[in-house]
Amino acid sequence: MFELLGIPPQALFGQLLLGLINGSFYALLSLGLAVIFGMLNVINFAHGALYMVGAFVAWYLMQYLGIGYWGALILTPVVVGALGLVIEKTMLRHLYKLDHLYGLLLTFGLALILEGGFKYQYGVSGQSYPVPAALSGGTNLGFMFLPFYRGWVVALSIVVCIATWYAIEKTRLGSYLRAATENPKLVQAFGINVPVMITMTYGAGVALAGLAGVMAAPIYSVNPLMGSNLIIVVFAVVVIGGMGSIFGAVASGYLLGLMEGLTKVFLPEASNIVVFLIMVVVLLLRPAGLFGRER
Amino acid sequence: MADAAVKPQPSATGATRLKIEGLNAYYGESHVLHGVDIEVKRGEVVALLGRNGAGKTSTLRSIMGLVGRRTGSIVFDGVETLKLAPHRIARLGIGYVPEERGIFASLNVQENLMLPPVIKPGGMSVPDIFTLFPNLKERLYSPGTKLSGGEQQMLAIARILRSGADFILLDEPTEGLAPVIVQQIGAAVRRLKESGMTMIVVEQSIHFVSTIADRFYVMEDGHVADTMTAAELAANRDRLVTYLGV
Repeated sequence: MFELLGIPPQALFGQLLLGLINGSFYALLSLGLAVIFGMLNVINFAHGALYMVGAFVAWYLMQYLGIGYWGALILTPVVVGALGLVIEKTMLRHLYKLDHLYGLLLTFGLALILEGGFKYQYGVSGQSYPVPAALSGGTNLGFMFLPFYRGWVVALSIVVCIATWYAIEKTRLGSYLRAATENPKLVQAFGINVPVMITMTYGAGVALAGLAGVMAAPIYSVNPLMGSNLIIVVFAVVVIGGMGSIFGAVASGYLLGLMEGLTKVFLPEASNIVVFLIMVVVLLLRPAGLFGRER
Repeated sequence: MADAAVKPQPSATGATRLKIEGLNAYYGESHVLHGVDIEVKRGEVVALLGRNGAGKTSTLRSIMGLVGRRTGSIVFDGVETLKLAPHRIARLGIGYVPEERGIFASLNVQENLMLPPVIKPGGMSVPDIFTLFPNLKERLYSPGTKLSGGEQQMLAIARILRSGADFILLDEPTEGLAPVIVQQIGAAVRRLKESGMTMIVVEQSIHFVSTIADRFYVMEDGHVADTMTAAELAANRDRLVTYLGV
């Protein structure tokens, strides 16, 4: 078989797939963060914790109600989204007139409370969640082995990202959203109920985090700290893509996942810092991010 | 008795549509309106004149509920609007064309045009809008802010006409536009007046509004300093010039 710079293809493609899987989660989470930031001007630090809550909701559904993966895939975003509606209506709503920083601090506090609560109850060892029967096993593609479930995660995340992008950029509701991002007061003066739209946007953004949590449950263990491990990288992804840019969030999510995978092959020691190195370079050269616009 | 047989025309002036009494408005600590009283009847075109900072724009923004704190009373079609959210006020049938035009950069011309929801039946159809403003039809898929200033103003008016609003607030529609464009906007506004639309037009100069307004309110330092009808305008030109003086 062929070799690339002394790297066996199995290792190379294996790491690229792993990078693509991580990239799928980066993209889903940074997409939700970008949507929320655009509309609410809130940097949602609770995003990682809500992703973790999503994984736990899936686990609860299986453990206590006997509802499996496919049911959880539908129900969990609804549950986490509803939690988001409550957070927006009872807490975030009161902070819009203040500096960005207050929303960030509030959601950071929420993240600590959620994580602390789950850690108290379940410790940090993690609960296992099985791969759904229909997607167990895998296939040998010749150059690499592809577990079906991982292929499914990549495909589903791409579909969800494209659907969200389409809904925002190409539909009437999306045009309300884009307009309200630019000038919420004027949009409201046209007769559109912007406060309700803001609540729904936060709900939809965190529902995406909940969905990512379900998708992650069979891959990583369901663990109270799974969100905080991921969210720091996701924030770096959002900064690299450009704050508030939907396309930038998605594209840089996948790209950075792949970059991480490649680094693991060629310079494993650097794989944990490569995203942050890229962030530093991007911030120095293009402070608004790769796809962002200066505002 | 004979009068009773005459059907009221929709364009006939008559019933009070908007009555503002003792309106005070505040942006944070600064008190921008001091007891404004304005009344607008059905089918009337009322002009608010005054220097920069006299409170004309703040009056329009107060009507839409876009000012931080207001006291006094703003009754529209019999409904007290002071406590209503802006989207509820708009749904009563008021269309707002802001001073900065408010064309959205992330929306193309068509999306900008279709953005305001239809709040009342009887709005202008899209083909009719293109007859009134042919420039817009050529540029449907350009980003809204790539239009010229005049085209942006047309778009800002056009999108309100589509919504069916029959009470329109126009804030400095001719500001910064070339004379030929001002004529085109003027013709459009005159057509709207003929169709029975009620309007408040804010202007700094009397030139544009002198031919279309029925009544004039002159504002100074956040209150109404003077009022006159179109018929009285010629006789009072000197007085007006002092108010608006350069």
